[in-house]
Amino acid sequence: MKKPTTLEGRVIVIKDQNGKPIDDIDTDMIFHNKHLHITELNEMGQYTFGNLQGWESFPEKAKSGDILIVGKNFGAGSSRQQAVDCFRSLSIQMIVGESFGAIYKRNAINSGIPLMIAPEIMIDDLKTGDNIKINLITGEIFNVSNNRSLKSAIPLSKVQLDIYQAGTLFDYGRKKE
Amino acid sequence: MGKTIIEKIIADHTTEDVTPGNIVWMGIDVRSARDFGGANVVKNLEAYYPDQSKVDDPEKTFFTFDCVVPAKTIGYAENQQIARVFARNYLARKNLFDVDAGIGSHVMIEKGIAVPGTTVVGTDSHLNILGAIGSFGQGMGDQDIAFAFKTGITWFEVPESMTIIIEGKPASNAFAKDVTLGVLQEIGSKGSLGKAIEFYGNTVESLDLAGRITLASMVTEMGGIIGLITPNKEVIHYCQNRSNKDFAIHKADRDAIYTESLELDFTNLEPLIALPPSPANVKPVSEVAGKPVDSVIVASCTNGRYEDLALVAKMVKGKKIHTDVMMKIVPATKEVYAQLLENGLINILFEAGAIISNPGCGGCAAGQIGMTGKGEVQVSTGNRNFAGKQGAGDTYLASPATAASTALAGEISVPEL
Repeated sequence: MKKPTTLEGRVIVIKDQNGKPIDDIDTDMIFHNKHLHITELNEMGQYTFGNLQGWESFPEKAKSGDILIVGKNFGAGSSRQQAVDCFRSLSIQMIVGESFGAIYKRNAINSGIPLMIAPEIMIDDLKTGDNIKINLITGEIFNVSNNRSLKSAIPLSKVQLDIYQAGTLFDYGRKKE
Repeated sequence: MGKTIIEKIIADHTTEDVTPGNIVWMGIDVRSARDFGGANVVKNLEAYYPDQSKVDDPEKTFFTFDCVVPAKTIGYAENQQIARVFARNYLARKNLFDVDAGIGSHVMIEKGIAVPGTTVVGTDSHLNILGAIGSFGQGMGDQDIAFAFKTGITWFEVPESMTIIIEGKPASNAFAKDVTLGVLQEIGSKGSLGKAIEFYGNTVESLDLAGRITLASMVTEMGGIIGLITPNKEVIHYCQNRSNKDFAIHKADRDAIYTESLELDFTNLEPLIALPPSPANVKPVSEVAGKPVDSVIVASCTNGRYEDLALVAKMVKGKKIHTDVMMKIVPATKEVYAQLLENGLINILFEAGAIISNPGCGGCAAGQIGMTGKGEVQVSTGNRNFAGKQGAGDTYLASPATAASTALAGEISVPEL
Protein backbone atom coordinates (compact mmCIF):
# COMPACT_ATOMS: atom_id res chain seq x y z
CA MET A 1 0.00 0.00 0.00
CA LYS A 2 1.26 3.42 -0.90
CA LYS A 3 1.85 5.91 1.85
CA PRO A 4 0.16 9.31 1.60
CA THR A 5 2.05 12.05 -0.21
CA THR A 6 -0.03 14.81 1.35
CA LEU A 7 0.40 14.98 5.09
CA GLU A 8 -1.69 16.96 7.56
CA GLY A 9 -0.97 17.66 11.18
CA ARG A 10 -0.47 20.05 14.04
CA VAL A 11 2.81 21.94 13.98
CA ILE A 12 5.30 22.57 16.76
CA VAL A 13 7.50 25.54 15.83
CA ILE A 14 10.88 25.52 17.59
CA LYS A 15 11.51 29.12 18.67
CA ASP A 16 13.09 30.65 21.75
CA GLN A 17 11.28 32.52 24.56
CA ASN A 18 11.37 35.73 22.53
CA GLY A 19 9.75 34.09 19.54
CA LYS A 20 12.94 33.92 17.50
CA PRO A 21 13.85 30.79 15.54
CA ILE A 22 16.69 28.76 17.07
CA ASP A 23 19.35 28.00 14.44
CA ASP A 24 22.27 25.51 14.65
CA ILE A 25 20.52 23.07 16.98
CA ASP A 26 23.12 20.32 17.14
CA THR A 27 22.70 16.61 17.76
CA ASP A 28 23.79 16.98 21.40
CA MET A 29 20.88 19.35 22.01
CA ILE A 30 18.48 16.99 20.25
CA PHE A 31 19.67 13.74 21.81
CA HIS A 32 22.51 14.15 24.28
CA ASN A 33 25.54 11.88 24.07
CA LYS A 34 24.93 10.58 27.60
CA HIS A 35 22.04 8.55 26.12
CA LEU A 36 23.99 7.12 23.18
CA HIS A 37 23.93 3.58 24.60
CA ILE A 38 20.16 3.43 23.93
CA THR A 39 19.31 1.42 20.85
CA GLU A 40 15.59 0.65 21.45
CA LEU A 41 13.41 3.04 19.46
CA ASN A 42 10.62 3.22 22.05
CA GLU A 43 13.08 4.32 24.76
CA MET A 44 14.48 7.24 22.76
CA GLY A 45 11.52 9.62 22.67
CA GLN A 46 11.68 10.63 26.33
CA TYR A 47 15.13 12.23 25.87
CA THR A 48 14.25 14.33 22.81
CA PHE A 49 15.45 17.95 23.17
CA GLY A 50 16.61 17.10 26.71
CA ASN A 51 19.53 19.49 26.19
CA LEU A 52 17.69 22.30 24.36
CA GLN A 53 16.93 25.17 26.68
CA GLY A 54 13.21 25.85 26.98
CA TRP A 55 12.21 22.67 25.15
CA GLU A 56 13.10 20.04 27.75
CA SER A 57 9.41 19.11 28.11
CA PHE A 58 8.98 18.50 24.37
CA PRO A 59 8.34 14.74 24.83
CA GLU A 60 5.27 15.48 27.01
CA LYS A 61 3.97 18.23 24.73
CA ALA A 62 4.38 16.36 21.44
CA LYS A 63 1.48 14.31 20.14
CA SER A 64 1.48 11.49 17.65
CA GLY A 65 1.27 12.94 14.12
CA ASP A 66 2.73 16.33 14.97
CA ILE A 67 4.88 18.11 12.38
CA LEU A 68 8.15 19.62 13.63
CA ILE A 69 9.16 23.04 12.26
CA VAL A 70 12.81 24.07 12.70
CA GLY A 71 15.21 26.79 11.58
CA LYS A 72 18.63 26.72 9.92
CA ASN A 73 21.33 24.03 10.13
CA PHE A 74 19.19 21.74 12.26
CA GLY A 75 21.03 18.56 13.29
CA ALA A 76 24.56 19.91 12.90
CA GLY A 77 27.34 17.87 14.49
CA SER A 78 27.68 14.16 15.05
CA SER A 79 26.37 11.30 12.93
CA ARG A 80 24.19 9.74 15.65
CA GLN A 81 21.08 8.13 14.24
CA GLN A 82 19.22 8.61 17.55
CA ALA A 83 18.88 12.36 16.85
CA VAL A 84 16.49 11.38 14.06
CA ASP A 85 15.00 8.26 15.63
CA CYS A 86 13.94 10.07 18.82
CA PHE A 87 11.33 11.91 16.72
CA ARG A 88 10.15 8.65 15.14
CA SER A 89 9.92 7.29 18.67
CA LEU A 90 7.43 10.09 19.52
CA SER A 91 5.53 9.42 16.25
CA ILE A 92 6.39 12.87 14.90
CA GLN A 93 5.03 12.73 11.37
CA MET A 94 7.63 14.84 9.58
CA ILE A 95 10.32 17.50 9.98
CA VAL A 96 10.29 20.76 8.02
CA GLY A 97 13.23 23.13 8.35
CA GLU A 98 15.07 25.99 6.67
CA SER A 99 18.24 23.86 6.32
CA PHE A 100 19.83 20.76 7.83
CA GLY A 101 23.25 19.33 8.68
CA ALA A 102 24.39 17.07 5.80
CA ILE A 103 24.70 13.85 7.80
CA TYR A 104 21.46 14.56 9.66
CA LYS A 105 19.65 14.87 6.37
CA ARG A 106 21.18 11.59 5.18
CA ASN A 107 20.16 9.80 8.39
CA ALA A 108 16.59 11.15 8.23
CA ILE A 109 16.15 10.08 4.63
CA ASN A 110 17.52 6.60 5.45
CA SER A 111 15.09 6.20 8.35
CA GLY A 112 12.10 7.08 6.15
CA ILE A 113 10.81 10.08 8.11
CA PRO A 114 9.83 12.79 5.62
CA LEU A 115 12.22 15.72 5.93
CA MET A 116 11.60 18.80 3.84
CA ILE A 117 13.59 21.95 3.29
CA ALA A 118 11.42 25.08 3.31
CA PRO A 119 13.92 27.96 3.18
CA GLU A 120 11.45 30.56 4.44
CA ILE A 121 9.26 28.58 6.80
CA MET A 122 10.27 30.69 9.80
CA ILE A 123 9.40 33.95 8.04
CA ASP A 124 5.84 32.79 7.51
CA ASP A 125 3.34 33.46 10.26
CA LEU A 126 3.10 29.90 11.48
CA LYS A 127 2.34 29.22 15.16
CA THR A 128 2.61 26.14 17.30
CA GLY A 129 -0.83 24.54 17.30
CA ASP A 130 -1.72 25.50 13.72
CA ASN A 131 -2.71 22.68 11.41
CA ILE A 132 -0.95 22.47 8.07
CA LYS A 133 -1.27 20.38 4.94
CA ILE A 134 1.95 19.68 3.06
CA ASN A 135 2.44 18.03 -0.32
CA LEU A 136 5.63 15.99 -0.48
CA ILE A 137 5.68 15.95 -4.27
CA THR A 138 4.96 19.60 -5.04
CA GLY A 139 6.23 21.14 -1.82
CA GLU A 140 3.03 23.17 -1.37
CA ILE A 141 2.21 24.07 2.23
CA PHE A 142 -1.24 25.22 3.33
CA ASN A 143 -2.14 26.53 6.77
CA VAL A 144 -5.55 24.96 7.45
CA SER A 145 -6.02 27.01 10.63
CA ASN A 146 -6.16 30.36 8.81
CA ASN A 147 -6.76 29.22 5.23
CA ARG A 148 -3.50 30.65 3.93
CA SER A 149 -0.84 29.23 1.65
CA LEU A 150 2.72 29.35 2.90
CA LYS A 151 5.90 29.60 0.84
CA SER A 152 6.62 26.20 -0.67
CA ALA A 153 9.15 23.66 0.42
CA ILE A 154 11.61 21.94 -1.93
CA PRO A 155 9.84 18.80 -3.20
CA LEU A 156 11.12 15.44 -2.03
CA SER A 157 13.66 13.90 -4.37
CA LYS A 158 12.84 10.61 -6.07
CA VAL A 159 15.28 8.80 -3.79
CA GLN A 160 13.67 10.24 -0.71
CA LEU A 161 10.21 9.25 -1.95
CA ASP A 162 11.40 5.72 -2.79
CA ILE A 163 12.78 5.19 0.70
CA TYR A 164 9.75 6.82 2.33
CA GLN A 165 7.40 4.55 0.40
CA ALA A 166 9.44 1.45 1.25
CA GLY A 167 9.73 2.34 4.95
CA THR A 168 13.44 2.65 5.60
CA LEU A 169 16.62 2.37 3.54
CA PHE A 170 16.84 -1.30 4.56
CA ASP A 171 13.22 -2.00 3.60
CA TYR A 172 13.99 -0.40 0.27
CA GLY A 173 16.97 -2.76 -0.06
CA ARG A 174 14.75 -5.75 0.74
CA LYS A 175 12.39 -4.81 -2.06
CA LYS A 176 15.24 -4.70 -4.52
CA GLU A 177 16.01 -8.36 -3.83
CA MET B 1 25.94 22.70 -19.84
CA GLY B 2 29.44 21.49 -19.04
CA LYS B 3 30.23 19.09 -16.26
CA THR B 4 32.81 19.03 -13.48
CA ILE B 5 34.89 15.89 -12.79
CA ILE B 6 32.71 14.71 -9.91
CA GLU B 7 29.60 15.20 -12.04
CA LYS B 8 31.15 13.06 -14.79
CA ILE B 9 32.12 10.26 -12.41
CA ILE B 10 28.64 10.23 -10.87
CA ALA B 11 27.02 10.39 -14.32
CA ASP B 12 28.94 7.22 -15.27
CA HIS B 13 27.24 5.47 -12.35
CA THR B 14 23.63 6.64 -12.59
CA THR B 15 20.83 7.10 -15.10
CA GLU B 16 19.45 10.14 -13.29
CA ASP B 17 20.07 13.83 -13.88
CA VAL B 18 23.43 14.79 -12.39
CA THR B 19 23.06 18.40 -11.35
CA PRO B 20 24.43 19.79 -8.07
CA GLY B 21 21.77 19.52 -5.36
CA ASN B 22 20.02 16.57 -7.02
CA ILE B 23 20.01 13.29 -5.17
CA VAL B 24 20.72 10.31 -7.39
CA TRP B 25 21.09 6.57 -6.96
CA MET B 26 24.69 5.79 -7.78
CA GLY B 27 26.28 2.43 -8.55
CA ILE B 28 29.25 1.59 -6.32
CA ASP B 29 32.24 -0.18 -7.85
CA VAL B 30 33.95 -0.97 -4.55
CA ARG B 31 32.08 -1.51 -1.26
CA SER B 32 34.21 -1.81 1.82
CA ALA B 33 34.27 -1.72 5.58
CA ARG B 34 37.16 -1.61 7.99
CA ASP B 35 37.40 -2.99 11.52
CA PHE B 36 35.92 0.31 12.78
CA GLY B 37 32.24 0.00 11.84
CA GLY B 38 32.69 -3.36 10.11
CA ALA B 39 31.01 -5.39 12.83
CA ASN B 40 27.99 -3.06 12.79
CA VAL B 41 27.76 -3.46 9.02
CA VAL B 42 27.54 -7.23 9.56
CA LYS B 43 25.01 -6.84 12.39
CA ASN B 44 22.80 -4.58 10.24
CA LEU B 45 22.87 -7.09 7.39
CA GLU B 46 21.99 -9.96 9.70
CA ALA B 47 19.20 -8.02 11.40
CA TYR B 48 17.53 -6.70 8.26
CA TYR B 49 18.19 -9.46 5.74
CA PRO B 50 18.22 -12.63 7.88
CA ASP B 51 17.14 -15.11 5.22
CA GLN B 52 18.50 -13.45 2.11
CA SER B 53 21.81 -13.08 0.41
CA LYS B 54 23.67 -10.26 2.11
CA VAL B 55 26.15 -9.23 -0.55
CA ASP B 56 25.23 -7.99 -4.01
CA ASP B 57 28.61 -8.92 -5.48
CA PRO B 58 31.26 -10.81 -3.47
CA GLU B 59 33.95 -9.73 -5.95
CA LYS B 60 33.27 -6.04 -5.37
CA THR B 61 32.95 -6.21 -1.57
CA PHE B 62 35.93 -5.88 0.78
CA PHE B 63 37.00 -5.77 4.39
CA THR B 64 40.16 -3.85 5.23
CA PHE B 65 41.26 -4.07 8.86
CA ASP B 66 43.48 -1.11 9.65
CA CYS B 67 42.20 0.77 12.67
CA VAL B 68 43.52 -1.28 15.59
CA VAL B 69 45.80 -3.95 14.16
CA PRO B 70 46.31 -6.46 15.58
CA ALA B 71 43.46 -5.86 18.03
CA LYS B 72 44.65 -4.50 21.38
CA THR B 73 41.28 -4.70 23.14
CA ILE B 74 38.85 -7.59 23.44
CA GLY B 75 36.13 -5.41 21.90
CA TYR B 76 38.16 -4.81 18.75
CA ALA B 77 39.21 -8.46 18.59
CA GLU B 78 35.57 -9.55 18.75
CA ASN B 79 34.50 -7.02 16.12
CA GLN B 80 37.30 -8.11 13.80
CA GLN B 81 36.32 -11.73 14.29
CA ILE B 82 32.67 -10.96 13.40
CA ALA B 83 33.78 -9.23 10.20
CA ARG B 84 36.41 -11.90 9.43
CA VAL B 85 33.90 -14.77 9.69
CA PHE B 86 31.41 -12.84 7.55
CA ALA B 87 34.12 -12.22 4.95
CA ARG B 88 35.08 -15.91 4.85
CA ASN B 89 31.44 -16.88 4.40
CA TYR B 90 30.29 -14.32 1.87
CA LEU B 91 33.23 -12.68 0.08
CA ALA B 92 35.97 -13.75 -2.27
CA ARG B 93 38.84 -14.84 0.01
CA LYS B 94 41.25 -12.33 -1.55
CA ASN B 95 38.85 -9.53 -0.57
CA LEU B 96 39.62 -9.85 3.13
CA PHE B 97 42.61 -7.67 4.01
CA ASP B 98 43.30 -8.74 7.56
CA VAL B 99 45.30 -7.06 10.34
CA ASP B 100 48.62 -7.37 8.52
CA ALA B 101 47.63 -5.47 5.35
CA GLY B 102 47.77 -1.80 6.31
CA ILE B 103 45.57 1.23 5.63
CA GLY B 104 42.57 0.22 3.52
CA SER B 105 42.50 3.24 1.20
CA HIS B 106 46.20 2.77 0.39
CA VAL B 107 45.79 -0.98 -0.08
CA MET B 108 43.00 -0.30 -2.58
CA ILE B 109 45.32 1.92 -4.64
CA GLU B 110 48.25 -0.54 -4.44
CA LYS B 111 46.15 -3.57 -5.37
CA GLY B 112 44.43 -1.80 -8.25
CA ILE B 113 41.03 -2.19 -6.58
CA ALA B 114 40.39 1.55 -6.85
CA VAL B 115 41.26 3.08 -10.22
CA PRO B 116 40.52 6.50 -11.75
CA GLY B 117 36.83 7.15 -12.36
CA THR B 118 35.53 4.52 -9.94
CA THR B 119 33.12 4.95 -7.03
CA VAL B 120 34.27 3.53 -3.70
CA VAL B 121 32.55 3.62 -0.30
CA GLY B 122 33.72 2.49 3.13
CA THR B 123 33.57 3.28 6.83
CA ASP B 124 36.74 5.42 6.79
CA SER B 125 36.13 9.19 6.87
CA HIS B 126 39.39 9.64 4.96
CA LEU B 127 38.37 7.34 2.11
CA ASN B 128 38.12 10.45 -0.08
CA ILE B 129 41.92 10.10 -0.19
CA LEU B 130 41.18 8.23 -3.44
CA GLY B 131 40.73 11.64 -5.06
CA ALA B 132 44.54 11.41 -5.38
CA ILE B 133 44.04 9.04 -8.33
CA GLY B 134 40.83 10.67 -9.59
CA SER B 135 38.55 8.09 -7.95
CA PHE B 136 35.44 9.07 -5.99
CA GLY B 137 35.95 7.58 -2.52
CA GLN B 138 33.55 8.40 0.27
CA GLY B 139 33.30 7.50 3.95
CA MET B 140 29.85 6.67 5.31
CA GLY B 141 28.12 5.27 8.40
CA ASP B 142 27.55 1.58 9.02
CA GLN B 143 23.89 1.58 7.86
CA ASP B 144 24.81 3.18 4.56
CA ILE B 145 27.66 0.73 4.03
CA ALA B 146 25.48 -2.28 4.93
CA PHE B 147 23.03 -1.08 2.29
CA ALA B 148 25.83 -0.75 -0.28
CA PHE B 149 27.01 -4.31 0.53
CA LYS B 150 23.48 -5.57 -0.02
CA THR B 151 22.46 -3.60 -3.10
CA GLY B 152 25.62 -2.25 -4.74
CA ILE B 153 24.16 1.23 -4.84
CA THR B 154 23.93 4.27 -2.61
CA TRP B 155 22.12 7.56 -2.91
CA PHE B 156 24.16 10.72 -3.09
CA GLU B 157 23.48 14.40 -3.36
CA VAL B 158 25.55 15.71 -6.24
CA PRO B 159 27.93 18.24 -4.66
CA GLU B 160 28.85 21.63 -5.99
CA SER B 161 32.46 21.95 -7.13
CA MET B 162 35.22 24.52 -6.60
CA THR B 163 38.70 24.75 -8.06
CA ILE B 164 41.95 25.43 -6.24
CA ILE B 165 44.82 26.31 -8.56
CA ILE B 166 48.27 26.20 -6.99
CA GLU B 167 51.24 27.59 -8.89
CA GLY B 168 54.89 28.05 -7.99
CA LYS B 169 57.81 26.01 -6.71
CA PRO B 170 57.91 25.75 -2.92
CA ALA B 171 61.25 26.15 -1.11
CA SER B 172 63.53 23.09 -1.31
CA ASN B 173 62.69 22.12 2.29
CA ALA B 174 58.92 22.30 1.75
CA PHE B 175 56.93 19.30 0.51
CA ALA B 176 53.40 18.07 -0.33
CA LYS B 177 52.41 18.33 3.35
CA ASP B 178 53.46 21.97 3.45
CA VAL B 179 51.42 22.64 0.30
CA THR B 180 48.46 20.90 1.96
CA LEU B 181 48.81 22.91 5.16
CA GLY B 182 49.17 26.02 3.01
CA VAL B 183 45.76 25.33 1.47
CA LEU B 184 44.26 24.75 4.93
CA GLN B 185 45.74 28.04 6.10
CA GLU B 186 44.02 29.79 3.18
CA ILE B 187 40.57 28.20 3.29
CA GLY B 188 40.19 26.97 6.89
CA SER B 189 38.26 24.02 8.27
CA LYS B 190 34.99 24.85 6.47
CA GLY B 191 36.54 26.24 3.28
CA SER B 192 35.13 23.51 1.07
CA LEU B 193 32.16 22.47 3.21
CA GLY B 194 30.04 19.97 1.30
CA LYS B 195 31.93 20.62 -1.95
CA ALA B 196 34.14 18.68 -4.32
CA ILE B 197 37.50 20.38 -4.93
CA GLU B 198 39.38 20.07 -8.21
CA PHE B 199 43.08 20.78 -7.72
CA TYR B 200 45.06 22.29 -10.59
CA GLY B 201 48.26 24.22 -11.23
CA ASN B 202 51.91 23.30 -11.75
CA THR B 203 52.54 22.78 -8.03
CA VAL B 204 49.87 20.07 -7.98
CA GLU B 205 50.89 18.57 -11.32
CA SER B 206 54.46 18.09 -10.14
CA LEU B 207 53.40 16.06 -7.09
CA ASP B 208 54.14 12.33 -7.27
CA LEU B 209 51.51 9.79 -6.20
CA ALA B 210 52.59 9.95 -2.55
CA GLY B 211 52.33 13.74 -2.62
CA ARG B 212 48.92 13.63 -4.26
CA ILE B 213 47.75 11.26 -1.52
CA THR B 214 48.96 13.75 1.10
CA LEU B 215 47.04 16.63 -0.49
CA ALA B 216 43.83 14.64 -1.09
CA SER B 217 43.90 13.16 2.42
CA MET B 218 43.29 16.46 4.17
CA VAL B 219 40.30 17.62 2.15
CA THR B 220 38.28 16.06 4.98
CA GLU B 221 39.89 18.62 7.32
CA MET B 222 38.80 21.37 4.88
CA GLY B 223 35.19 20.15 5.20
CA GLY B 224 35.14 18.85 1.63
CA ILE B 225 33.44 15.86 0.05
CA ILE B 226 36.53 15.03 -1.99
CA GLY B 227 39.58 16.65 -3.60
CA LEU B 228 40.16 15.37 -7.12
CA ILE B 229 43.52 15.52 -8.85
CA THR B 230 43.55 14.65 -12.56
CA PRO B 231 45.90 11.66 -12.98
CA ASN B 232 49.13 12.38 -14.88
CA LYS B 233 50.97 9.79 -16.98
CA GLU B 234 52.82 8.40 -13.98
CA VAL B 235 49.61 7.85 -11.98
CA ILE B 236 47.77 6.37 -14.98
CA HIS B 237 50.67 4.00 -15.60
CA TYR B 238 50.75 2.97 -11.92
CA CYS B 239 47.01 2.29 -11.80
CA GLN B 240 47.06 0.33 -15.08
CA ASN B 241 49.95 -1.82 -13.87
CA ARG B 242 48.25 -2.52 -10.58
CA SER B 243 44.79 -3.24 -11.93
CA ASN B 244 45.35 -4.64 -15.42
CA LYS B 245 42.32 -2.57 -16.33
CA ASP B 246 41.57 0.26 -18.67
CA PHE B 247 39.70 3.23 -17.33
CA ALA B 248 38.43 6.58 -18.46
CA ILE B 249 40.20 9.72 -17.32
CA HIS B 250 37.63 12.42 -16.75
CA LYS B 251 38.50 16.04 -17.33
CA ALA B 252 36.17 18.88 -16.51
CA ASP B 253 34.43 20.65 -19.39
CA ARG B 254 35.48 24.21 -20.15
CA ASP B 255 32.02 25.50 -19.32
CA ALA B 256 31.63 23.46 -16.13
CA ILE B 257 30.17 25.46 -13.27
CA TYR B 258 32.13 26.12 -10.08
CA THR B 259 30.99 27.98 -6.98
CA GLU B 260 34.42 29.52 -6.65
CA SER B 261 37.93 29.39 -8.00
CA LEU B 262 40.86 30.02 -5.74
CA GLU B 263 44.35 30.81 -7.05
CA LEU B 264 47.33 30.33 -4.77
CA ASP B 265 50.95 31.25 -5.43
CA PHE B 266 53.18 28.94 -3.40
CA THR B 267 56.49 30.10 -4.88
CA ASN B 268 59.14 29.69 -2.16
CA LEU B 269 56.51 28.40 0.28
CA GLU B 270 58.29 27.69 3.54
CA PRO B 271 57.70 24.64 5.79
CA LEU B 272 54.41 24.93 7.70
CA ILE B 273 53.03 23.37 10.86
CA ALA B 274 49.50 23.11 12.29
CA LEU B 275 49.34 24.00 15.96
CA PRO B 276 46.91 22.29 18.31
CA PRO B 277 43.95 22.02 18.46
CA SER B 278 43.05 22.42 14.77
CA PRO B 279 44.55 21.29 11.45
CA ALA B 280 43.66 24.74 10.09
CA ASN B 281 45.69 26.53 12.77
CA VAL B 282 48.71 26.80 10.48
CA LYS B 283 51.93 28.78 11.06
CA PRO B 284 55.43 28.75 9.51
CA VAL B 285 57.64 26.19 11.27
CA SER B 286 60.14 29.01 11.83
CA GLU B 287 57.64 30.76 14.13
CA VAL B 288 57.49 27.87 16.59
CA ALA B 289 61.04 26.56 16.09
CA GLY B 290 62.82 25.85 19.36
CA LYS B 291 59.84 24.40 21.17
CA PRO B 292 60.99 21.21 22.94
CA VAL B 293 59.17 18.03 21.92
CA ASP B 294 58.76 14.67 23.62
CA SER B 295 57.66 12.54 20.70
CA VAL B 296 57.65 12.43 16.93
CA ILE B 297 55.50 10.13 14.84
CA VAL B 298 55.81 9.55 11.10
CA ALA B 299 52.68 7.69 10.06
CA SER B 300 49.09 7.84 8.78
CA CYS B 301 47.18 7.82 5.51
CA THR B 302 48.51 11.37 5.00
CA ASN B 303 52.25 10.68 5.27
CA GLY B 304 52.98 6.99 5.68
CA ARG B 305 54.13 6.20 2.13
CA TYR B 306 57.54 4.81 1.20
CA GLU B 307 58.63 8.21 -0.16
CA ASP B 308 57.80 9.83 3.18
CA LEU B 309 59.70 7.27 5.24
CA ALA B 310 62.63 7.14 2.81
CA LEU B 311 63.12 10.89 3.20
CA VAL B 312 63.12 10.48 6.98
CA ALA B 313 65.65 7.64 6.69
CA LYS B 314 67.88 9.79 4.50
CA MET B 315 67.78 12.60 7.06
CA VAL B 316 68.52 10.47 10.15
CA LYS B 317 71.06 8.15 8.49
CA GLY B 318 74.15 7.79 10.64
CA LYS B 319 72.71 10.14 13.27
CA LYS B 320 70.94 9.61 16.58
CA ILE B 321 67.50 10.81 17.49
CA HIS B 322 67.62 13.24 20.43
CA THR B 323 67.83 11.49 23.81
CA ASP B 324 64.58 13.07 25.05
CA VAL B 325 62.54 12.15 21.99
CA MET B 326 60.72 8.91 21.26
CA MET B 327 60.32 8.49 17.53
CA LYS B 328 57.62 6.21 16.17
CA ILE B 329 57.26 5.08 12.57
CA VAL B 330 54.24 3.35 11.03
CA PRO B 331 54.37 2.37 7.35
CA ALA B 332 51.02 2.78 5.61
CA THR B 333 50.92 -0.73 4.17
CA LYS B 334 52.65 -4.09 4.11
CA GLU B 335 54.04 -3.20 0.68
CA VAL B 336 55.63 -0.03 2.07
CA TYR B 337 57.07 -2.07 4.94
CA ALA B 338 58.51 -4.58 2.46
CA GLN B 339 60.13 -1.79 0.43
CA LEU B 340 61.73 -0.38 3.57
CA LEU B 341 63.08 -3.81 4.48
CA GLU B 342 64.36 -4.53 1.01
CA ASN B 343 66.21 -1.24 0.73
CA GLY B 344 67.77 -1.43 4.17
CA LEU B 345 65.83 1.55 5.52
CA ILE B 346 64.40 -0.28 8.52
CA ASN B 347 67.97 -0.77 9.64
CA ILE B 348 68.82 2.92 9.21
CA LEU B 349 65.74 4.02 11.14
CA PHE B 350 66.40 1.44 13.86
CA GLU B 351 70.02 2.48 14.24
CA ALA B 352 68.94 6.10 14.60
CA GLY B 353 66.73 5.06 17.51
CA ALA B 354 63.24 4.89 16.01
CA ILE B 355 60.48 2.46 16.98
CA ILE B 356 59.08 0.80 13.83
CA SER B 357 55.56 -0.58 13.99
CA ASN B 358 53.63 -2.93 11.73
CA PRO B 359 51.50 -1.13 9.10
CA GLY B 360 48.10 0.41 9.79
CA CYS B 361 46.41 3.54 11.15
CA GLY B 362 48.61 3.59 14.27
CA GLY B 363 49.31 7.11 15.41
CA CYS B 364 45.78 8.30 14.69
CA ALA B 365 43.37 5.51 15.53
CA ALA B 366 42.53 4.48 19.06
CA GLY B 367 46.03 4.92 20.42
CA GLN B 368 47.59 2.06 18.51
CA ILE B 369 51.38 2.57 18.98
CA GLY B 370 50.74 4.79 21.96
CA MET B 371 48.92 7.88 23.18
CA THR B 372 50.25 11.20 24.42
CA GLY B 373 50.18 12.06 28.12
CA LYS B 374 49.20 15.40 29.67
CA GLY B 375 51.87 17.98 28.88
CA GLU B 376 53.49 15.84 26.20
CA VAL B 377 54.36 17.66 22.98
CA GLN B 378 54.18 15.55 19.85
CA VAL B 379 54.98 16.34 16.24
CA SER B 380 52.98 14.11 13.90
CA THR B 381 52.84 13.72 10.13
CA GLY B 382 49.12 12.85 10.49
CA ASN B 383 46.04 14.88 9.66
CA ARG B 384 44.19 15.61 12.89
CA ASN B 385 45.33 17.34 16.07
CA PHE B 386 42.00 17.90 17.80
CA ALA B 387 42.11 17.96 21.62
CA GLY B 388 42.16 14.42 22.97
CA LYS B 389 42.40 12.78 19.56
CA GLN B 390 45.75 11.16 20.26
CA GLY B 391 45.77 11.51 24.03
CA ALA B 392 46.02 14.35 26.51
CA GLY B 393 49.13 15.94 25.00
CA ASP B 394 49.52 18.61 22.31
CA THR B 395 49.92 17.45 18.72
CA TYR B 396 51.54 19.53 15.96
CA LEU B 397 51.08 18.46 12.33
CA ALA B 398 54.01 18.76 9.95
CA SER B 399 55.82 17.16 7.01
CA PRO B 400 58.05 14.09 7.35
CA ALA B 401 61.10 16.35 6.80
CA THR B 402 60.09 18.69 9.63
CA ALA B 403 59.33 15.63 11.78
CA ALA B 404 62.80 14.18 11.11
CA SER B 405 64.68 17.40 11.81
CA THR B 406 62.60 17.88 14.96
CA ALA B 407 63.38 14.33 16.13
CA LEU B 408 67.11 14.94 15.73
CA ALA B 409 67.09 18.36 17.36
CA GLY B 410 64.70 17.53 20.22
CA GLU B 411 62.81 20.70 19.43
CA ILE B 412 60.61 21.88 16.59
CA SER B 413 63.06 22.64 13.86
CA VAL B 414 63.04 23.84 10.25
CA PRO B 415 64.42 21.04 8.05
CA GLU B 416 67.60 21.82 6.14
CA LEU B 417 67.83 20.09 2.78
